[in-house]
Amino acid sequence: MAALMQNEAFQVALWAMVKVGIILGVMLGVVSYLIYAERKICGHIQARTGPNRVGPLGLLQPIADVGKLLFKEEFIPAGANKVVFHIAPILAVFPAIVTFSVIPMGPAPMFVVTDINVGLLLFLAMSSLGVYAITLGGWSSNNKYALLGGLRSSAQMISYELALGLSTIPVLLRSGTLSLSGIVDSQAGNLKAFGTTLPLPNWGIFHWYLVLPFFIFLICSFAETNRAPFDLPEAEGELVAGFHTEYSSMKWALFFLGEYMNMIVICSIMVTLYLGGWHGPGVDKFAPLGLVWFLTKLFALLFFFIWVRWTYPRLRYDQLMGFGWKVLLPASIVNVVIAAVWLYWRANA
Amino acid sequence: MLAYLPVLLFVLVGLGFGAVTIGLSTIIVPRRENAVKNSAYECGVEPVGNARGRFSVKFYLVAVLFILFDIEAVFLYPWAVSFHQLGLYGLIEMVLFILILLAGYFYLLKKRALEWE
Amino acid sequence: MVPYLFLGFAALLVATALMVILHRNPVTSALFLVLSFSSLAGIYLLLQAEFIGMVQIIVYAGASMVLFLFVIMYLNLQHDVEKGAQIALRRGIGWMVGALLLLFAGLLAKKGWVSGPVAALPPDTTGGNAAAIGRVLYSRFLFPFEITSILLLVAMVGAIVLAKGRPAPQGEAE
Repeated sequence: MAALMQNEAFQVALWAMVKVGIILGVMLGVVSYLIYAERKICGHIQARTGPNRVGPLGLLQPIADVGKLLFKEEFIPAGANKVVFHIAPILAVFPAIVTFSVIPMGPAPMFVVTDINVGLLLFLAMSSLGVYAITLGGWSSNNKYALLGGLRSSAQMISYELALGLSTIPVLLRSGTLSLSGIVDSQAGNLKAFGTTLPLPNWGIFHWYLVLPFFIFLICSFAETNRAPFDLPEAEGELVAGFHTEYSSMKWALFFLGEYMNMIVICSIMVTLYLGGWHGPGVDKFAPLGLVWFLTKLFALLFFFIWVRWTYPRLRYDQLMGFGWKVLLPASIVNVVIAAVWLYWRANA
Repeated sequence: MLAYLPVLLFVLVGLGFGAVTIGLSTIIVPRRENAVKNSAYECGVEPVGNARGRFSVKFYLVAVLFILFDIEAVFLYPWAVSFHQLGLYGLIEMVLFILILLAGYFYLLKKRALEWE
Repeated sequence: MVPYLFLGFAALLVATALMVILHRNPVTSALFLVLSFSSLAGIYLLLQAEFIGMVQIIVYAGASMVLFLFVIMYLNLQHDVEKGAQIALRRGIGWMVGALLLLFAGLLAKKGWVSGPVAALPPDTTGGNAAAIGRVLYSRFLFPFEITSILLLVAMVGAIVLAKGRPAPQGEAE
């Protein structure tokens, strides 16, 4: 037993198990209250109050919702491909959970699960696997709305994934590493420009060649998480609920959970790449403050996601695909070249 | 490679979480099936025909172009992280690479392959 | 621990690859192919090829298989439309290729080539595997890299030609 405790691999695995438990538990809590927040904010945007019956201010609403979903009747449409129908919801939450293993939520080693050399690529790999949940869910239901929703949505996700991937390249040009902790470290301290130190943090967004990539990433993340104004796959007016029309009970809940988890993951990556990660005043004196800063930025972005969803109308499908292929893709490619030329010039001039 | 051990654990937990949730729900959830309930939902109208039809070639074209540009992006990652060591040489060759692909992109535009009519 | 992980990934790879050809439903076959690509990525990681491992998932499991699934699902290729002689011919070719591969594998095993020494890692991996690949790929292997862009260009043109077909002659519109 003592020998086992000395084993480095065992220690790493043990810590990872503890952290995965904490992350999963906290995530479930955050997602249920994120849904509550979404309904509350949506209500106030539409001059309503939102849920307010279950508990004070409706705060027990998420618990009631989960309870309801647990005991909902479940049915599988006749003619569905049963195996694929069961696999699709699992694939909806899987990529988000895996990506959480590499997101630095505060100073190492306490708030980092693991720091791999290709952390950013792991995120991109997982977001490319995210397409499967939707395609498979839509196809296996044997429902016309679901099939159309799944097809539209997967074409949309792969189109916007290109610009999403390309908009991270200027960040890498600056940081010189694919490790997410490395990228956060490259944003420490204050911004230096014009030969002086400015009273601004050295975050990615404050470098002019990263402003456009940030907005491209932001727009693509709306499309990747299938949220308004890019919620074509579940355009209620035309496709019922899109790819998950035939899903009910806990399988539907998993799709819902996956959507919100993906939103949290993509916002965390945005914080890490462009908004300085966990850096903020006072972190060097008191490390847990890093987690506070990280969460503050994360929740600000999440609020922005909700705000946008209830403010902007949905795009038409041809506009959506045209925007992705004819605006975002060339803009992100050209930005890579501009950023590279500028960084070369600055390093050698 | 020890850094990847937690990733492997997260993969297992990620798969396990979904599987356990679905497994548990099949025990708890009531199932009172009947033929009408199990038929495909088409807004209350009787379902017509099979759902699995054929779709426009546009969607396949999008998937093919996605692969091509994805490969381009994959070439950009190692270049971006070794950019400062490669110097001018690296900058020029990547600009050349991107220009060749942009030529392909303009061909797509010209052929109206990116239009959704 | 690494040998056990290798055995695990290798067993998964072989099992899923077998399921790809043995399963009757093409969609399930394609999903098994995704799994086998992912276990291959695991083996790459064990070989310390982190970049290749991730790219394996991004390009093969993520991009190529999406196209495969698109074709299988949305062209509605649920049943094998070929019958009789065509299937017999295809099976015959399959058995021949399989026998050749088996012969080849036997030869490799007999000569002991498979268990040859593993090449030492390149000494300069500062900044990680991806940066090391970048330094080599964009200096020593510059020409193959630039040729790749021509290859991608050709593929792009080919895709358009196949998808759009020849423009219909004027005045013969439907």
